[in-house]
Amino acid sequence: MATIDPQHAADPATLAQAWREMPDARGHFGPYGGRFVAETLMAPLEELAAAYESARNDPAFIAALDADMADYVGRPTPIYHAERLSKKAGGAQIWFKREDLNHTGAHKINNTIGQALLADRMGKTRIIAETGAGQHGVATATVAARLGLECVIFMGSEDMRRQATNVYRMRLLGAEVRPVESGSRTLKDAMNEALRDWVANVDDTFYIIGTVAGPHPYPAMVRDFQAVIGRESRRQMLERCDRLPDAIVACVGGGSNAIGLFHPFLDDASVEIYGVEAGGDGVATGRHAAPLSAGRSGVLHGNRTYLMQDDNGQISATHSVSAGLDYPGVGPEHSWLKDIGRAHYVAVDDNDALAAFHECTRIEGIMPALESAHAVAYAQKLAATMAPDRIVLVNMSGRGDKDMASVAEAAGERL
Amino acid sequence: MSRLDTRFSALREAGRTALIPYLTAGDPRPDATVGFMHALVAAGADVIEVGVPFTDPMADGPVIQAACERALVHGTSLSQVLDMVAEFRRDDGDTPVVLMGYLNPIDRLGLAGFAERAAAVGVDGVLIVDMTAEEAPEIMPTLNAHGLDAVCLIAPTTSESRMARICENAGGFVYYVSFKGVTGSSSLDVSSLGGQIERIRGYSRLPVAVGFGVRTAANAADVARVADAVVVGSTLVRCIADGGDDLAATREALGTTLAGMRSAIDAQDSNNREERRA
Repeated sequence: MATIDPQHAADPATLAQAWREMPDARGHFGPYGGRFVAETLMAPLEELAAAYESARNDPAFIAALDADMADYVGRPTPIYHAERLSKKAGGAQIWFKREDLNHTGAHKINNTIGQALLADRMGKTRIIAETGAGQHGVATATVAARLGLECVIFMGSEDMRRQATNVYRMRLLGAEVRPVESGSRTLKDAMNEALRDWVANVDDTFYIIGTVAGPHPYPAMVRDFQAVIGRESRRQMLERCDRLPDAIVACVGGGSNAIGLFHPFLDDASVEIYGVEAGGDGVATGRHAAPLSAGRSGVLHGNRTYLMQDDNGQISATHSVSAGLDYPGVGPEHSWLKDIGRAHYVAVDDNDALAAFHECTRIEGIMPALESAHAVAYAQKLAATMAPDRIVLVNMSGRGDKDMASVAEAAGERL
Repeated sequence: MSRLDTRFSALREAGRTALIPYLTAGDPRPDATVGFMHALVAAGADVIEVGVPFTDPMADGPVIQAACERALVHGTSLSQVLDMVAEFRRDDGDTPVVLMGYLNPIDRLGLAGFAERAAAVGVDGVLIVDMTAEEAPEIMPTLNAHGLDAVCLIAPTTSESRMARICENAGGFVYYVSFKGVTGSSSLDVSSLGGQIERIRGYSRLPVAVGFGVRTAANAADVARVADAVVVGSTLVRCIADGGDDLAATREALGTTLAGMRSAIDAQDSNNREERRA
């Protein structure tokens, strides 16, 4: 196992080598990740890991994936210079990576396209997925419709209320949306329920996890499918600005859009990396969803990672205005990047995210998803501390159309 | 010899199948659990499996999830569960107790400290549902060093190579998950059970217990035909749910349900012995 002593994290050569080798064969990112599941799931996870390994080394699979990314998803997505927002921040130049322009409105489809092609290749006929804000559910229902696969989406009943439009979209796409009433009735409970379904239906069912969490190989596989964001961004920045950005910023719930942006930049020592967690009512209040900022290492949903938990090891209820960030864990690679100091993790609370949503909407004409608004808010703060010749690249991970009800509710209005 | 080994070898000599009831500690409230455990022993339990409540029991069905939620309303912690075992041990020094739960509460308490306290209060075995053989190198030796048996799960999907690795570390008994699914969710397919158990016996000399899906006395007898032990969980937890605040009534219902299974198993055992003689 490749291990890293955080005390020696300053040695860039060792680090660069280490993150290219992560995870190890058993899915560990340093002390994080791994496979902590009930025995019944071990065989299907091994089958999945082998199938993915074979697919990613198969030029025909990669060609099919690339073709879908271009013709169906609409990639490459552009980078956009948010000049008015930059001027308002009064410092560095803020650029957006426009994942909101993808088919279905968010980065989620980068991953579901990849996993659905893999499911098809493995001969699975039924797709299941968990969803929080509904973007992953919609992206999954979309690819299932296209490939003619049966599709069941698990969604917390609280999230179904917050994201009614996305529930309707999934149903129009032919998916069955199953309400989850256990626990806090949000994303983590939807994931429990999807895992339970998978245990019972491993023979014909492929579980498309929507983020870089879960048991190995999911964190690495989802990262690989999302890394197209960072690869494109890196190339586009060099083409447009003849240089790399000084800082890159993305919101982190489970962390798939963030790792997708970050990973191709890990070797670029000049690029500062910022992951923005959901501060909810404020990290100090305990009502938030910021495990990297205020959690501790533990085991949930098949992997070891930072978790929000109490002193007895029970998982804490989370709070965020954005359903997509409302998760008590985070992808294990983020936990490792935090420990070795390669990425910084910060929190933005509900009010600041909502303010950024409104500002971005009014002065750029771009309505960010509430998740992405957390990243925009932090980028504004960060840019203000930097010189105007500096560049901050923000992942605009999704569009905000789905959030109209939440935004109106926060403003005390009714649609 | 550990308490589990002693119990299982006595049962084997007598040609009897072990009956292992499960309950979630702290359900419906913390002061109920020890009384329930004694009632189960009186009704014929050979080993007791005590579930440590967890917020996210991903291998359990709705019945045990709800039990966890009821226990957690009262803040039932792993530390309190260990206190319950200590209290049980004051009146029962013989019945083996196996803790069953998820890794995170143990991780939070600290593995070494947990193992030391668990052994001291009289826990005999520990089954960590989401702890796989691959991730276990640190955990198994720590449990073993404190004289605790690491009870391991084997599933219908477990490959031969994994089975060998799992059996190498396992202690107490091997827990065979009788079908692909979560606890309490489906009924048993006894036809394939015999072959699966024979497969496990090729790798381990430990007794094989079968759980997940034993609902009725008839199910229990069917399992007793081929396995060394029968685990019954959701059916008993349902008794606890139905009993609500009336703990005396619940103790009686638990006793009646388990005693029914006990007699069915005993009848099957005596048939098994006859067959062997013939």
